[in-house]
Amino acid sequence: MLESLSERLQGIFSGLRGKGRLNEEDINFAMREIRIALLEADVNFKVVKSFVAKTKERCLTVEVLESLTPAQNVVKVVLDELTELLGRSDSKLVLGSRIPGVIMLVGLQGSGKTTAAAKLAYRLKEQGHVPLLAACDVYRPAAADQLETLGSEIDVKVFRGDGKDPVGIAKASIQEAIDTLRDVVIIDTAGRLHVDEEMMAEAQAIKDATKPDQVLMVVDAMTGQDVVNVASAFAERVDFDGVIMSKMDGDARGGGALSIREVTGKPIKFISSGEKPDSLEEFHPDRMAKRILGMGDMVSLIETAAKLKQDQEDEEEAERLLRARLTLDDFLEMQKKINKIGGVSKLISALPGGDRALSRGEVDEHAIDDMVVIINSMTKEERQKPEILNGSRRARIARGAGVQVSDVNQLIKKFNETKKMMKKMMPAFDEVGGRGKKGKKKKRRGSRARLGGGMSMADLRKIQDMIDSQ
Amino acid sequence: MGFFDKISEGLSRSRTRFVESMNVLLDRGPQLDDEFWDDLEETLILADMRPLTASYIVHTLQETATRKALPDAYAVLDSLSETIASSFTTGGEEILGGEPACVLFVGINGTGKTTTVGKLAKEAVDNGRSVILGSADTFRAAAIEQLDVWAKRAGVEVVTRERGSDPASVCYATIERAEELGSELILIDTAGRLHTSADLMRELQKVVQVVRKRSKLPVYVVLVIDATTGQNGLTQAQEFNKELDLDALIITKLDGTAKGGIALAVSRELRLPIIKIGVGEGIDDLKDFDPNDFARALIGDFDSRTQANAD
Repeated sequence: MLESLSERLQGIFSGLRGKGRLNEEDINFAMREIRIALLEADVNFKVVKSFVAKTKERCLTVEVLESLTPAQNVVKVVLDELTELLGRSDSKLVLGSRIPGVIMLVGLQGSGKTTAAAKLAYRLKEQGHVPLLAACDVYRPAAADQLETLGSEIDVKVFRGDGKDPVGIAKASIQEAIDTLRDVVIIDTAGRLHVDEEMMAEAQAIKDATKPDQVLMVVDAMTGQDVVNVASAFAERVDFDGVIMSKMDGDARGGGALSIREVTGKPIKFISSGEKPDSLEEFHPDRMAKRILGMGDMVSLIETAAKLKQDQEDEEEAERLLRARLTLDDFLEMQKKINKIGGVSKLISALPGGDRALSRGEVDEHAIDDMVVIINSMTKEERQKPEILNGSRRARIARGAGVQVSDVNQLIKKFNETKKMMKKMMPAFDEVGGRGKKGKKKKRRGSRARLGGGMSMADLRKIQDMIDSQ
Repeated sequence: MGFFDKISEGLSRSRTRFVESMNVLLDRGPQLDDEFWDDLEETLILADMRPLTASYIVHTLQETATRKALPDAYAVLDSLSETIASSFTTGGEEILGGEPACVLFVGINGTGKTTTVGKLAKEAVDNGRSVILGSADTFRAAAIEQLDVWAKRAGVEVVTRERGSDPASVCYATIERAEELGSELILIDTAGRLHTSADLMRELQKVVQVVRKRSKLPVYVVLVIDATTGQNGLTQAQEFNKELDLDALIITKLDGTAKGGIALAVSRELRLPIIKIGVGEGIDDLKDFDPNDFARALIGDFDSRTQANAD
């Protein structure tokens, strides 16, 4: 597993501390590390080259070299430049005024088009659209069956047509949408190689026949250097509007994403992670940059947690949580929810340095089970007011849960740390909370924007230290 | 058409690209200076070789060049082909070579496991072997139907259960059925899963354990890797190897422009032989792997010069 770049840089620079100021040679050394890290993250070679040149120039400025914390500043410059490369602002899905709107998906075989089509349909449905899925992959055996099954799971109609002529099916699906009053058609096409002349012509023909509002290319996050050739060829032939990065739940750094944006100018619109229909998320360049650097993706994780919380419609509890009036009951709930998000591993891997801890086997995936047992052994009062837990209470709880007193102490310690962490993030949430209960959507968006600003690097570091100390 | 031609055909595009970039190097003349070695390393990295592996190869090559006093870049490229070829782990002939065997195919989503199983079934049937398929991908929508279509194309029986059932039980049933029929080759398709998903990896571990315990035939676990995969391919392979103790690799989708350099890294660093490569969508487009052919087809070998002159 990759060592995170930010840590590597910290390592390099901590060795240089005695020397005082950094010089050009130190920066060169750091740039070599950055180069390797980016290459290992599958960022295209040519992109890496120009990136390193540009970053180096910025790092050699006086402000960076003569600052008190040159290491952090270098990391910051790298992060800045990466975000710049990935695109400054988030890119949204744009549908025209025409009804039905048409979205067409293209990509290589096995990139995850069919799954993405279903997720997109689910997302649109959530937003109040009535989508129709068109099965235009007539080549792979049972591809239409797959879409049909996925469609029925999310209760979206799938149009199969004659199952022979992709262009015909695509065209007919639009008519079908008009006839059955559906306002968006999502066209799932067959996987094709960018060098397959015939198949690329077919994709073009489908595009010409349906005039899609958006053509999205589905790209596997694990794709290597070749992604640039593939994306360029697709851009030339079908001129797609944006990219869906699939299989982001793996531990691939997704450096290809960065390269696509740089080489073709096409933005990444969504990232898809997981098998569940709701696992299509909007793409945020800054978070991706952090992922590439191995700095974790706390914000997305907190959002997921917040969404789950919201789904349960216990807003008051959520607010109390956010205001850091955390009780052990909440803590228990949180632990349970972690399982819903995808278990400890997913949680940990979203944290800075988490991947590394996981790969070293430093994380005990069953730690949560123990915690649940311990909390269950407490009285109601103890859960609400953990501060009353004195020595004899702790001993009783330990006996009840079948663990050592030290385990109980450990839990309390973790709980207090979490509470402190929540408090740290509180300013961000407080403003949101103050706005009252004016409609959920607005509120969520507010918290999303604030949270990014509310959390500093220091917080991320702190969380990391917590993990390291485990 | 000779065997080498067939491989070259599938890899020709990769080769042209590689040759193009090589020619850029060659234009700099035959001087073997630091820049040449740096650029060579870059070219290898662009082929998705691991930065680490690329340095290893360049380093080996540099030593060879000095020891044998290679005259120019052309001689170095010849030597490069040899170096690449010798970096692959060899072996694995017993898996699909004709001996009775039970083979499980594993890998992440979308690498082409089901397609590979279908193609292998056809190939084995063509060689007069009795084959049975097991559809242990009970998770992905329509995976069973997909394998079913392939089974019909190859004319073999496939054992299935409805979607959502326990994959290990499908394997058990497949082996039982194979024994009834006296099949000599059992090919089992499993559901694609990310190596980061602990639960799914545990499930797969159970499947493999059941098969290893139940099967009287030797059991092999083969990882299917997509040639377009980048550096993550190695991590994937490491995880699968750790959990399942792999026996071999199959590299698919080599008919695109991806050079499949990660295959070299996986084969070398995990000591796993590559037993087949996929070079197209047709039922016959699964080829035997030969490290020399692979390396030669990848970098063009001496043909690059004749080709470059002809253009």
